Formats: sequence, structure tokens, C-alpha cells
Amino acid sequence: MKLKENYENTKWRRFVRFVNGGEMSEDRFRLTGSQMDAGKPQAAKVHDAQPVDLYHLKRDRNRSDYSRMMEQYENWSKTRGLKIFGSLYRIISLCICLLIIFVLLLTVANMPAFGSADTPANSNEVAQRYIEKGQEETGAVNIVTGMILDYRAFDTLGESHVLFIAACTVLILLRIDHRKDGSLVHEELAADENDRRLEPKNDKILQKAAFFLVPVIILFGIYVILNGHISPGGGFSGGAVIGAGLILYLTAFGFQKAERFFTYKTFSVVSLASLLFYSGAKCYSFFCGANHMESGIPLGNAGDIMSSGLILPLNICVGCVVACTMYSFYAIFRKGGI
Amino acid sequence: MSIIQNFPLFNIVMSMMSGVISSLLPRRQAKCVSLALIGAAGIMNACVLWYVSVHGQYTYMMGHFPAPWGNEIRVGVLEAVLAVFFCAIMFLSLLGGERYLDTDVEETKANLYYTMLDLMLTSLLALIYTNDMFTAYVFVEINTIAAGALIMSRNNGHTLVAATKYMIMSLVGSGLLLLGLSILYDVTGHLLMVNMHEQIVSYAQTGEYAIPLTVAMALMSVGLAIKSALFPFHTWLPDAYAYATPTSAAILSSLVSKGYIFLLFKIFYRVFGFDFVLDHKVTNLLFAFGVAGMLMGSVVAIYQHDVRRLIAFSSIAQIGYIYMGIGLAVPMGTVAAVFHIMSHAASKSMLFIAAKGLSEVSGDSKDFAHLRGSGLRNKLAGVAFSVGAFSMVGIPLFAGFTSKVYFAEAALTAAGGKLVVAMAALAVSTILNAIYFIRALITIYTPKECADFDAASYRIPVTMAVALVCFIVLNLFLGTWSGSIERAIATGLGTF
Repeated sequence: MKLKENYENTKWRRFVRFVNGGEMSEDRFRLTGSQMDAGKPQAAKVHDAQPVDLYHLKRDRNRSDYSRMMEQYENWSKTRGLKIFGSLYRIISLCICLLIIFVLLLTVANMPAFGSADTPANSNEVAQRYIEKGQEETGAVNIVTGMILDYRAFDTLGESHVLFIAACTVLILLRIDHRKDGSLVHEELAADENDRRLEPKNDKILQKAAFFLVPVIILFGIYVILNGHISPGGGFSGGAVIGAGLILYLTAFGFQKAERFFTYKTFSVVSLASLLFYSGAKCYSFFCGANHMESGIPLGNAGDIMSSGLILPLNICVGCVVACTMYSFYAIFRKGGI
Repeated sequence: MSIIQNFPLFNIVMSMMSGVISSLLPRRQAKCVSLALIGAAGIMNACVLWYVSVHGQYTYMMGHFPAPWGNEIRVGVLEAVLAVFFCAIMFLSLLGGERYLDTDVEETKANLYYTMLDLMLTSLLALIYTNDMFTAYVFVEINTIAAGALIMSRNNGHTLVAATKYMIMSLVGSGLLLLGLSILYDVTGHLLMVNMHEQIVSYAQTGEYAIPLTVAMALMSVGLAIKSALFPFHTWLPDAYAYATPTSAAILSSLVSKGYIFLLFKIFYRVFGFDFVLDHKVTNLLFAFGVAGMLMGSVVAIYQHDVRRLIAFSSIAQIGYIYMGIGLAVPMGTVAAVFHIMSHAASKSMLFIAAKGLSEVSGDSKDFAHLRGSGLRNKLAGVAFSVGAFSMVGIPLFAGFTSKVYFAEAALTAAGGKLVVAMAALAVSTILNAIYFIRALITIYTPKECADFDAASYRIPVTMAVALVCFIVLNLFLGTWSGSIERAIATGLGTF
């Protein structure tokens, strides 16, 4: 019987291998499942337990393929081919960037003049009603607050959940957890150590400055939030100010002191309460509005602190959420926990 | 006003609240809350669907101020159909993969996973129902962040890389969308879709602001195309789908990208008006990229050794189908595209769950070399995988066949050049689909013992079995009773 010399590399054999889930050609580089799956150490161990296995042989062959390919790859970077490709890539991306810049500039040149009074956005009935009737209808002297927390409250409801979900995502990514028996994980010890070494806790100047500044900053933040419907400001800006104050305190006095009043529990309870109140209150007001019922929330005298219906409590909620999010971002990034 | 009309609002607020509450609950309760929430949302949306199919569409004022001053959502037949469907798919995906969440996600963070899931539902429902561009953008943000968290909640190197890639690409997409939206707002002075549309129609007649409108449309199309992984922008997709936990992969492939595509439909139909879109030839571009995606996704899928990556690349091809449907620029094309959103969602989520079931009985390996015979070891997962594969290839009785028939019908009504290209692409891509799916089926049904598998002690998880059976029924339903759904989509699009 006559066999081809490189029978394994004939088209038919390659096809059969493909159908059977093998690689199509001998020198195809490939990482197998258990090599790559770093998250599953147990599974890899089970494979190792089998002494002689076709899979094993294959994997060894793949490894030698791998080193060969790495060699090729290293050489390839020194050849001209890649250089040409690299420079072409740069030139093309530069051209695309320039083209996009040109198109966007052309667009801007064709848009309504910035700031003029008769642009479509400034002169239509939407803006007019906000300006003319905003105070009367929402009870807020600051019509921006009236807009975001009353006219378009649904968007702001979504926006405050964006903050919450961002904080939760960072938590999933970076939080280092205590073990069940309460002992600290290695990383957490390292993080604590790092914290102590890099940021001296007994910086007198910083502490004295923070001692005077932090109360003022937080008070100012509270003022901005409470006056959100009367003067410029509101939940988002006031919350950011409070968050900055908390961060300053944390930087000056360290985690041990900050944890006396702000832990993960504080974070979750405060944001939970604020967001639930916000959703609940707004759901009630949307429901009333859509069904043409009176919500029964008095608007009060425009200009008073206790006025403009739901706007003040909602501002407080937004402020709490923003402050918590700011502080928790900083704490998580620095230490992997709140 | 009927109480049912309030259901979309209740749904959105309810899912937000349970998302927030889940962040404080222990894992098990959070899971129950999520399942109950998604189930309840599905039932409520079914009521809404019944209501709108009897009484017709309506808009719902969010607050005391009518749009354009306040916010507004719009509920029509198409929206309700998709909402019900999305809830069903999400419920089944969670049910099918919930057992693996316990091992894949760290125990102390598992409740946050459910928070993300609930808020994902919020954002999908809001994206479906919104009638306001800025509301859409806000919920696109929530959707993006939640999707990133769903990818990386299974914490290993792969998912972190995948999530980083996803965030970079997706944020570019969001940025382009926001840029287009700002230009549009500056030119029209409105954020409500109806009013934007009126302004744009009047501009189209006078010829004012032609360049900004075109650029805005291009930016939004590209932005949403990146976010939904249309072919040249698909690089974030394979890793994200292949390494995330099965529930995440199922939800990402079947719902997240589809939510963005539906938003694109809304922008094309309700903001610009389809005539305006046709005049600017955007559909031709989408058609070209869609066809390229159909072919390239399938070709690359042939080379995969990892079953999850194979399914992921197949997704790229299927997204290409949907864009090809839009690109045909005929009414039937859009109907076919919406139907394909549904049939693909039903098949792809089933494939991801079934693939997990198969790799579970093969020593947790996703590699074809180890999957051999897995369809015999885990029979139900094997059957489900086969049904999904048949559906993707386009065997009659299954969902994918029906959507391919609709695409072909649509292509027949399209202009000459597109007819030929679309038909050829459908034929070639069907053959390519068949190549890699039949190979996968041969692999999983070739008898071979697996040393890591103990047949006596293994039983398929009950929740997964239930989910897979439901998926199979859903798939057959879409494949055989497609007429009523197609009519609902056509009515919905007609009133869009």
C-alpha cells in the first residue's frame, strides 16, 4: 500500500482533524482551555493527574509550537515587514483623525451660532416655558434645579442610579474581602501596610489644616444642597463638595478614624435610603402626574427653604448619593474597601 | 386611565428599587428578588402588550408636565412585544446559569451581581419604552456600566481584559452617541423624538443644517454600531462572551447588543424618519458592513477551538444579519431585522447555557478536543445545543429558519444590486454556519469517554433543565408560529 509521505498534512487528514475538533494544520498556535483558564486551578490539576494522554502530548507539542512562534514573533518585529505595517498604521490613523477633525469642524461651522438668542434651542417653546413659568410651576427660584428635579426628574432619577451602579461596579472590581473567620487576607494586610508607609498619618500641618477646613467644607456642601432650589447649586454640586471634605478628612487622619463614622455599612444604608426614597417619591409623583391627580405636595413660597415641593428632599437624596459615591471611589481605589 | 397603562413606569421603578435593595441582601435572597422581579416584569409587560394590542399605542407622561417639557415614555405594540420577550430571555438565562453564579462570582460580591442584573433590566426596559433622546442616553450609560460589571464579575484575568476592552470600545460608542445627540439638540432645540422629527422634516424641506444633521446621524449610527458589535467594531465581543459567566454571556449576547440596535431603529424611524435616512444612504453603509460581518464572523468562527468563542463569533455574523436587514432599506427588511433580534436572542442564549452544560461534563473545558461525546453525557444540553445550532444554520421548524425566510423575502423586494448581494450573502453565510455548527455537533455526539466525568453521580441541575426546555419550546414557537409575531412587529413598525 502506498502512503503519502506527509500523510498527516494532506488536505483530507486536516479536514478530519478539523471535524474532530483538532487543529487544522500542524503548526497552528493555540492555547488550550486549561492552560488559559487561570480561574480554575482544580480543573487543571485533574488533567495533570492522568499520566499518558493524547491531550498531554498535544499540549507539549503546543508548547514547543508556542516557543517557536514566540521566536518567530521576536524576529518578525525586527524585520522590515512590521515596521512598514507600523508606519502605515500610524499614517492611516493620522489621516482618519484629521478627516474626523475636519468633518467635525465643518459641522460646528454649520451649526447655529453659539450663545445667540435665536438658536432653535434657545428660542423654542420648551426653553420659554422653563424660563417664564419655571418658578411658578416648580416653586424653585433656581430654574436649573426645577428642570432637573421636576420637569425632567426621570432623567435625573436614572442619573443618580448611574452613580450608584458605578460605585457598585468599582466595588465588584476592587473590594478586598474579609475571610469568613474574620482574619485579614494577605492583600488587605499589604494594602494597610502600603497605606501606612506611603501616607504618613501624623502630618501635623495637614491635620491642623484639615481640622479647620473639613467642618467648613462640609457645612458649605450642606448649604449648597439645602439652597439648591434657591441659589445656584443643588444635590450634585453640594454632594461633590461634601465628598471632597470627607476625602480630605480621610487623607489627613487615616482610615481608622474615618471608619468611626463611615464604613461600608454607612455607604450602603445611606445610598439605599436615599435612592429608595428618591424612586418611591418620584414614582408617586409620576403616577399622580400621569393619571392627572393632585399629588398633594405643597409648593410653598418660592424663595423659602421649605418650598418647591419634592425638590428639597430629592436634592438631599442626590447629595447623599453623590457624597457617598465620591468618598467610596477614593477609599476603594486607595485601599480596596470602604 | 387604566391601571395597566402605569405598568411600564412601575416596572422601571420596581427594577431600580430592587437593584438598590439587592446591594444589601445576602446572595440567596438577592437571587430570589431578581428572579421574582424579572418574572413580574414579564407578566406586567404581557398585560401591557394585551392592552396596546386592544386599545392601541399611548404615551405616558412621567410627572405633572406634558412632553416636551417633562419626560415621556411611549408604549406601542412593538415595544411591548420586545419588552415581554426580553424579560422572558433574561429570566431563562438567569435560571439556566444561576447555579454557576455561585462558583463563578465571589460569595461576598454575588449580591452586587444581582444589583447589576436588576439595573440592566431597568435600562433595557427604559431603552425600549423611551420617547426622549436624553432619557435614552442616561439609560445607555446604566446599560454600559452594568454590562461591564456583568463581564468582570467572574474575576479572572480573561474577564478583566475583556471588560477593559469592552469599556474602551463601548465608551467610544457612548461618546459618539452623545456627540450626535448634542449636535441634534443644538440644531433642533428638542430632545423629544416627535418634536425632533418635526424639526428635521422641516429642515429637510428647506435644506437648512444639512451637514450637522448628516454628521449627527453618522455619529449616532457608528456609536450604536460599536456598542452592538457590528463587524469592524466587534473586537471586544469574543473575549467578553467567551469568558464571562454563562448567564452574563447569554444576557450580553441576546439582550444588551439588541437593546442598542432597537435604539438605532428608534432613532432612524422616530427621530430622523426613514425617508431622511434613505436619502442620506446611511442604509447602504450599514448594508455593506452587515454583509461583511455575516461572512467574516462565520469564517472566523470556523477556526475556533473553543465552543464559547465559536458561539461568540457566530453572534458577530448574526448581528451582521440584523444590520443587513436594516440596510436593505425596505419595510420588510426592518421587520425581518426585528424578528431576527428575537430569534437570535432565543437561540444564542440557549447555546451559551447549553455550552456550559456540555463543558461541565467534560472536565470544565470548553475545548472541542475535550467536548467529544459530551452530548451523550449530558443529553438535554446536547439536544438544546443541537436545537440552537439548527436554528442558527436555518433548518426549518426552528426560529433561525423563519428569520432567514423573512430576510430573503425582504431581499426580493429590494433594489437590484442589493437583491443579488443579499441573496448571495444569505446563501454563503448559511453554508458557513452549517460548516462550523455541524462540526460542533459531530464533535459533541462522537462517543468518547471522559475521565473527569462520573456518570453515576452527575445529574443536570434542575433549574438548567427547566431553562433549556423552555428555550427549546420558545425556539420552536418562534419557528412555527411566527405569523402572529411578524404581524405584531409589522403593526408596531407601521405606527412607529
